[in-house]
Amino acid sequence: MQSTARVFPDNAHRAMGDVNLQASLARFSQGFPVKRRLAIDRLPEFDSLRDAARDIKNHTLENLDFYLERFEEKVTENGGRVHWCADAESARQTVLSICRESGAHTVTKGKSMIGEEIGINEFLEEHSVAPIETDLGEYIIQLRHEPPSHIIAPAIHLSKEQVADSFREHHAEYPADRPLEEPRAMLDEARTVLRRKFLQAEVGITGANMLVAETGSIVLVTNEGNGDLTQTLPQVQIVIASLEKVVPTLEDASTILRLLARSATGQDLSVYTTFTTGPRRPEDLDGPPAFHVLLLDNGRSRMLGNEFREMLRCIRCGACINHCPIYGAIGGHAYGWVYSGPMGAVLIPNLIGVDEAGHLPNASTLCGRCEEVCPMRIPLPRMLRKLRDQQFEKKLSAKPVRWGLAGWAFVARRPALYQMVMQIGVAALAALGRKRGRFRWLPMASGWTGARDLPAPQGFTFQEMWSARGGRRQ
Amino acid sequence: MTDARTSMLAAVRAALGRERLPDTEAAVLQRRLDEPRSNIVPARGQPSPEERIDRFIFEAERVQATVVRLAGLEEVPDAVVRYLRVANMPSAVRIGDDAVMQAVPWHSEPLLETATGPAVDSDAASVTSAFAGVAETGTLILLSGPKSPTTLNFLPEAHLVVLPSERIVGSYEDAWQRLRGKLGNGRMPRVVNWITGPSRTADIEQTLLLGAHGPKRLQIMLVDGECPQ
Repeated sequence: MQSTARVFPDNAHRAMGDVNLQASLARFSQGFPVKRRLAIDRLPEFDSLRDAARDIKNHTLENLDFYLERFEEKVTENGGRVHWCADAESARQTVLSICRESGAHTVTKGKSMIGEEIGINEFLEEHSVAPIETDLGEYIIQLRHEPPSHIIAPAIHLSKEQVADSFREHHAEYPADRPLEEPRAMLDEARTVLRRKFLQAEVGITGANMLVAETGSIVLVTNEGNGDLTQTLPQVQIVIASLEKVVPTLEDASTILRLLARSATGQDLSVYTTFTTGPRRPEDLDGPPAFHVLLLDNGRSRMLGNEFREMLRCIRCGACINHCPIYGAIGGHAYGWVYSGPMGAVLIPNLIGVDEAGHLPNASTLCGRCEEVCPMRIPLPRMLRKLRDQQFEKKLSAKPVRWGLAGWAFVARRPALYQMVMQIGVAALAALGRKRGRFRWLPMASGWTGARDLPAPQGFTFQEMWSARGGRRQ
Repeated sequence: MTDARTSMLAAVRAALGRERLPDTEAAVLQRRLDEPRSNIVPARGQPSPEERIDRFIFEAERVQATVVRLAGLEEVPDAVVRYLRVANMPSAVRIGDDAVMQAVPWHSEPLLETATGPAVDSDAASVTSAFAGVAETGTLILLSGPKSPTTLNFLPEAHLVVLPSERIVGSYEDAWQRLRGKLGNGRMPRVVNWITGPSRTADIEQTLLLGAHGPKRLQIMLVDGECPQ
């Protein structure tokens, strides 16, 4: 997928003026966070489970090579095949050659963020293979040629009227004047349309929530059951997963599963959690006879070796997104690439470069809610700050910003100078603003005063007042 | 492919700042895989034997499964017929063929059509047995096999599951232990399905709707008394 992260400020402004999107976001903010809270209240051990899950993932990452090799060994032992793909291009080529070998025309897909990351749908279409998304939200945005706006609720930005319009446009086999006001009617229609695709597809592609080294199983979590039809009905199953998805044992997977759905949708567990181990066995009556797992690096090994390693603990629950005030104001598309919210603001610059996505780490108030709710205890605000540092060091931010920061840093490192400058500044602002008590406009501060007034200071700096009251200094 | 594998593993090791793990350290990790240990199991997953069944029923009903309790397998055919009648569905089911299902006296309901084998699109209802029920979240665990095809769990609109009440365990960890007891460590059936309620979606304006792509209804028939292992 082509990134538009470079023009994030324009994207964000447009999003804030989009009436449909703002209505969807207003609905959204009342949903997941409330349900998550209720689910956690029913599980007193939630915080200790978070510690355990963090430790499991840290242990796995420290020994990632070992667990990947064990996982591969087990997949092979069970008759499946593992493909190692260093980047998106090699993953796309691998998927295509499997599709070609099996003579596939139609491919059903379970929702996969890795699929989005490598742009598999566009690529298959270019090569005359028709990919059909089967998760309802993902199907809707595929019809509309849009990227997902949320990692677990891809069509969260749309109203039901917009969905109905898309169905009328694309489901030509239905009468044009059929009633489609209610979500129920739309779901029933999608179920019927997609059921035919499920039965027709030669290849099924899904992502994986986890890979289990102990058994060579892939773990897939869905609510709709589309993932299971995708991985049961076709003759060939392809699983695309990034390296960091591996966990040691079934018990480790179970611990993480206790956190995943609760953090995501506020369910105790998603409806379907499926552990698949290899292809159809000799006596089996159904299931795909061919089973392929693609292990994708695409930037992960680089993150493993730098200060963003902890981001590889992410289980893609979306809790940080659901609790982010910036996401709540602009939605997911503004971020300009596959991911969004705080996890996206950390992941995107790491995967496609700070020079491409340098704006995103600034799309944060650093309020800390993301870290507070992260089930894997990823220090997202610290990472966002680190990316801002990088942006500054690489001279990627706008010149006025860099000069301003450099000037401030110069003064702030010299306490006597700092006090003098502050005293003059505060006294001057106090004198100027005495009459109104606030400023409607100030030079070089339009970013603040554009949307609100700046209260005028009262004439003394904090340090002056502290000294005046006899406060002690070290 | 071998090249990509080698270079990717090398990149991982370089990032970790070390070579391939020495055998002694690898052996420690291998033991972690060979003798899996439970992590924290919440109190909710450790009910006493008396609480176990009630907790399972409570949690399953919370996620919109329906539960009926039967005194023995001989009551299953009649319960299936009544369920289909109330749901206004045809009196025909695709059934699993494993030991539990074979022990059900289907002939006691001559008007109920039964067929075995993988499910087809026209099947409206299926009846299968569960390997375990997990009290913690009201979750059913179903295993694939020659006599329990996975399509039965997903294609029909109504899924009826026979769960011998003695198979209800507290936690997921308990279920893994039982499975290892049955198949041996490190071995899995091709598919293990955890099913927690009927299929659903909230992808249109966050309106929760049951019956997305999988079954619209999930009926659990909890059977007391003797059941084959």
